Amino acid sequence: MIGIIDYGMGNLFSVSKALERLNVPYFISDKSEKLMNANGLILPGVGSFRDAMLRLNESGLSELIKRFAETNKPLLGICLGMQLLFEESEENGFTRGLGLLSGQVVRFSGKSNDGINYKVPHMGWNKLTYKRSSSILNKISESHVYFVHSYYVKTDDKDILIASSDYHIEVPAVVGNQNILGMQFHPEKSSKLGMQLFKNFVDLVEERMKLS
Amino acid sequence: MLTKRIIPCLDVKEGRVVKGIQFLELRDAGDPVELAKFYDEQGADELVFLDISASHEGRKTMVDVIMAVASELAIPFTVGGGINTLEDMKRLLRAGADKVSLNTAAVSNPDLITEGASFFGSQCIVVAIDAKYDAEMGSWRVYTHGGRNPTNWKVVDWAMEAVNLGAGEILLTSMDRDGEKEGFDEELTRAVSEAVSVPVIASGGAGNVEHFQSIFEVGKADAALAASIFHYKETSVEEVKSFLRKVGVEVR
Repeated sequence: MIGIIDYGMGNLFSVSKALERLNVPYFISDKSEKLMNANGLILPGVGSFRDAMLRLNESGLSELIKRFAETNKPLLGICLGMQLLFEESEENGFTRGLGLLSGQVVRFSGKSNDGINYKVPHMGWNKLTYKRSSSILNKISESHVYFVHSYYVKTDDKDILIASSDYHIEVPAVVGNQNILGMQFHPEKSSKLGMQLFKNFVDLVEERMKLS
Repeated sequence: MLTKRIIPCLDVKEGRVVKGIQFLELRDAGDPVELAKFYDEQGADELVFLDISASHEGRKTMVDVIMAVASELAIPFTVGGGINTLEDMKRLLRAGADKVSLNTAAVSNPDLITEGASFFGSQCIVVAIDAKYDAEMGSWRVYTHGGRNPTNWKVVDWAMEAVNLGAGEILLTSMDRDGEKEGFDEELTRAVSEAVSVPVIASGGAGNVEHFQSIFEVGKADAALAASIFHYKETSVEEVKSFLRKVGVEVR
């Protein structure tokens, strides 16, 4: 069973509808004990990093997510949910994140290296470029996904970069290591490709269940 | 790089799509969900639903429409029309809309933009501007109430103000071009697009595939919205996109 973490800042509806379309059983919860028993967790998120961390810390869900990550069961952060997996963000002043992946969340400058002004947020469909192989990319070609964000992840850890998109800089789009995964774009809004990404995540969850 | 977006717009009244939709192959051409799926399959990048219900009951029905569309559709969609309060926004976004579009209410109560943006994030708040050239003003004037009421705002000034207040996107409709099918207003769109830091959706005047090329290349639009040429099948989203690809405009 897949658990969707409800901390009051998620696009819960569209994420849960995506799982329904795939006929995947799921539950939505804000209870640590219940979420801990899930075979895989999804951390959605829309809004500000600071508010989100505040809610996660106050509700004890930060601890739950960290404990869950240690179990080797798959965890998927989406959009803000992906950013929360990193060490810190400069959004509204410095805020510490969950620290499961190494890197910082910083704002798009709005000016490219060659001096061209560009629009922030990065909003719309952009193409994925694969950086390394990963089962999360099974059965999909390098195509477009839907982004909406003003902040992006800056990381020196090249091993976690699975796919990126070009928006005046290289934007980490899919990140992850063994069991912790993040998508900066919205797979639940990325048409067929997005649905395949969910399916791949679900497959990964099922595979880990068999191993354990 | 980021692709240019093609956005069909559907007028919804009392829960049904209206305004001359000609989709003979659909069982029910007035069903918002079927039409949304049709456009999704054609490669639409996003959809806009404009609620033109006259009654309170009709607006309540819109929430059901949004929920049904959100269950079936895996592309982003915006809902506009008759949104006056933060509660209205909450209702529609919770029902599954990705963005809400404010028009008249944004002009009469600009705080609403800021309230919405701080509650849901700027990315959810679209400010729709109806623009008409005004010789006396020497510029484009902002109109409200479905284009009936002139305001004292110049379009570029209002767009900049709306972005300062928290708008994450501008949906810019040229009243001069709307329904004429002679092309988008490139001059207007470019003036707004160059003045603001957020994406601009051009609307009004689409008549053929070339018009899309020029609104992106000359008008500097980030997205282009059209209704009747898609509804009447004068062209399709697929055709527009394959033409744009051929002339070197990047699309999905």
